[in-house]
Amino acid sequence: MLAAMEVTPAWYLVLGSLLFGIGAVGLLVRRNPLVMFMCIELMLNAVTLTFVTFSRMLDDIGGQTVVVFVLVVAAAEVVVGLGIIVALLRKRPEATADDLALLEG
Amino acid sequence: MTVELIVFGVAGLVCLAGAVGVVASKNPVHAALSLVATLFGIAVLFIAQEAHFLAAVQVIVYAGAIVVLFLFVIMFLGVDRADDLRVEPLGGQRIAAGVLGIGVVALVVAALASTSFEATGIHSDTGPLPDEGTYDISLLSEALFTKFVFAFELTSVLLVIAVIGAVVLARRTRKSDEIVDPGQEERAEQVAERMARAEARARVYERNRQPDEWGRPTAAGDDTGTDSADEAEEVTA
Repeated sequence: MLAAMEVTPAWYLVLGSLLFGIGAVGLLVRRNPLVMFMCIELMLNAVTLTFVTFSRMLDDIGGQTVVVFVLVVAAAEVVVGLGIIVALLRKRPEATADDLALLEG
Repeated sequence: MTVELIVFGVAGLVCLAGAVGVVASKNPVHAALSLVATLFGIAVLFIAQEAHFLAAVQVIVYAGAIVVLFLFVIMFLGVDRADDLRVEPLGGQRIAAGVLGIGVVALVVAALASTSFEATGIHSDTGPLPDEGTYDISLLSEALFTKFVFAFELTSVLLVIAVIGAVVLARRTRKSDEIVDPGQEERAEQVAERMARAEARARVYERNRQPDEWGRPTAAGDDTGTDSADEAEEVTA
């Protein structure tokens, strides 16, 4: 039975949606700001996988071009986000996402 | 079994296991390492879909830079303690998050099932994927530096803004200087104590330099370490 199965692009899309869902659940459930950030990276990667799959399905290089921009945005986002986390955790090493109000003023 | 099926199965399993590891790990370091597994799995899936350049960039930028940055921050701040995942700060939050996650996945899968992805056969402005004789990197660079050149230049502005933001955020203000070092206060006390003893010793030395009844300074013979230290103890006491 397995021999007859063929990997269609829909499989990649389903895998991407699963990864996105796991990342979204992690973002909502976890309290550690660093782990929340990793979950955001997970969701971004699920989306890039979807872009590459659509690029192949439609035989169009545009999807892969978007992935390059997503990578740049992800890098910029990580730099700023980790800066905020460092500023927060330096004040209180035990801080969770609930303590972000500490950064006021 | 085709090769693509095996590759997809293995890489997909690695991706999903890594994703679950990111969410479920108590220790942030383990979560970061699980994230590396997921990123490698996605890079393998990129190669399976003939996006070779993106696979290389994925490994270099994500696994090489972003995850290392995560690990650097974890080690730098010393927050690599295990979280207590048993407590649930908000009641019913996990159930709600699980329902929402399943809902998102179900929505996407339903959308996929309801469409047949009929392509019209007409390419967008950016052009087709590489075939025999062309490579994805050359097509990608051609699209980046012609059609998307404005967006490409904007990303450089974005990166500069990110760098400036990181410097501003990570700069140590005077107010936050106080609790930088955990052992700082103890060491400051020790230093103050040592300074007090040294000053007491100096006072004893000055006192011994007073001339005796014949007007001669007596400090020279009296200056051995232990004696003056003992006297210094008496003085401070």
